[in-house]
Amino acid sequence: MTTTHTGERLVDFDEVLTRYEPVIGLETHVELGTASKMFCGCTTTFGAEPNTQTCPVCLGLPGSLPVANAAAIEHTIRIGLALGCRIATWSRFARKNYFYPDIPKGFQTSQYDEPLCTAGHLDVEVDGETYRVEIERVHLEEDTGKNLHVGGATGRIHGADHSLVDFNRAGIPLVEIVTRPIPGTGAKAPEVARAYVTELREIVQALGASDVRMEQGSLRCDVNTSLAPIGSLEWGTRTETKNVNSLRSVERSVRYEMRRQAAVLDAGGRVLQETRHFHEDTGSTSPGRSKEEATDYRYFPEPDLVPLAPDTGWVEKLAADLPELPAARRARLMEEWGLSATEMQWLANAGALGLVTDTVAAGATPGDARKWWLGDLARRANETGVELTELSVTPAQVAELSILVRDGKINDKLARQVLDGVLAGEGGPDEVMTARGLVVMGESDELVAAVEAAIAGAPDVVEKVRGGKVAALGALVGSVMKATRGKADAATVKRMLEERLLAE
Amino acid sequence: MEFRRSMSTPSAHDALGRDEIAHLATLSRLALTDEELDRFAGQLGAVLDAVAQVGEADVADVDPMTHAVPLTNVLREDVATPSLPRDVVLAGAPAAEDDRFRVPRILGEE
Repeated sequence: MTTTHTGERLVDFDEVLTRYEPVIGLETHVELGTASKMFCGCTTTFGAEPNTQTCPVCLGLPGSLPVANAAAIEHTIRIGLALGCRIATWSRFARKNYFYPDIPKGFQTSQYDEPLCTAGHLDVEVDGETYRVEIERVHLEEDTGKNLHVGGATGRIHGADHSLVDFNRAGIPLVEIVTRPIPGTGAKAPEVARAYVTELREIVQALGASDVRMEQGSLRCDVNTSLAPIGSLEWGTRTETKNVNSLRSVERSVRYEMRRQAAVLDAGGRVLQETRHFHEDTGSTSPGRSKEEATDYRYFPEPDLVPLAPDTGWVEKLAADLPELPAARRARLMEEWGLSATEMQWLANAGALGLVTDTVAAGATPGDARKWWLGDLARRANETGVELTELSVTPAQVAELSILVRDGKINDKLARQVLDGVLAGEGGPDEVMTARGLVVMGESDELVAAVEAAIAGAPDVVEKVRGGKVAALGALVGSVMKATRGKADAATVKRMLEERLLAE
Repeated sequence: MEFRRSMSTPSAHDALGRDEIAHLATLSRLALTDEELDRFAGQLGAVLDAVAQVGEADVADVDPMTHAVPLTNVLREDVATPSLPRDVVLAGAPAAEDDRFRVPRILGEE
């Protein structure tokens, strides 16, 4: 049991699992990458000047009428198909009524009991174990505007107790993907949650439906967590953590909620069904706006939009045009690159599949690409606490490095020093190699001298080799490598030694 | 299912109570006095009674209508069209600041 700086009591994670079983659930919002908004022709560019991408429709001005964006409907169906969903033959939009200034019409155009896609699933893998996540529904709605709170509860600025609203984002097509509750994940609950969002993001990206940039909010997650005593037939009360905007945060928010809820239950208390906010800096959650009557959305069918009735031909065409999905791609690459399942999972989780693909495309062998990214580069990323994708070396440079080794211009040891230079910003492999003078020694006079010095300096070893103990040659190779400070090519040195000691 | 229930027209004897009016007022962020609650309960009740006459029609053989026009899949191509100039957009706002709509803080918000 620990207590946070805010006085929240938390049970240690491992201890939580001795008494409780978690059930998680995820609601993921994906902003579609369409050129225009869901119901009007306004552009959707991220980061535009406030209120420069609005019109009477997305501002909800009287008399304006929405017309649904065909591309958004197709993206939603494609996401549904990729998740193995049933595609509705009849689907309607509905008004979700609530009072909040991020929505100019007083309601959000969403879908209620007739979503476009239902009953799918997504298999995710954590530590070699496959977890099936059931998908409840995939529906289409519109995004809200952005509120900027000025002053507010914590601000002390006189007269600044108000909000400023930018409606550029209002009306951008938003797909909501809702899982069914996911039981049976135990200690892996935080990682399963993360793996699910990771896989979903990969799929949406592969479909080209969105740029899925969590840091820009084009993929956002609400994470539901509940705990029930082990063996209990009923699930516990869930909390919904919002504002979870990175893959790492998805994992942390589940972990935190499990620890917090266990402390509440241990103390004989009851977990409140509430919305909680995730805090990136502390990894903690705090109660958000109480849901109270806000759940009373008074949904009703949107009278301004006619129903959607995707026919079989349309859906079949979309299904036929689906690209290779990430799971299939991984299986194929695993085979092509000769990776183990663990290595593949690790690469996928590190978001580094693209790096290896690009390295191979730039001329490296799959084996070399794998060796560098999973070996030295992974170690360096780990040491400096960055992601593989953040290392300052490009796939083309890694390929170049591997080709230099393959051509015998440098050996592995020198290659690592070249890599040091590249990572330190000294230029590409070729430049670093030249600048640092890191070139493998040919059969130069210097190398011949070093080989002969090694033979002369270890008569006992020479005796053993000549007497048939060829393995002892290794000691001589080692001393030559040492004398040349690693610049010699070990295979060349071995051959030269063999020529001198075993030729007769 | 749920939809139908929430859409169904209250029958005449389901007169709107004061509590229900108070709940709707909260959802709409309207501050109503006790006197107003009584008055509106009566008025809205009368409106609902009027609508409830629909319930008297015999609809046993009539399929539910999903929309006023018998059309489906009315879609537009994903093509961007010009937006309104910002000064025009904000000119219609009761208050604006920093190129944004200025609104009062919402009760109970952090």
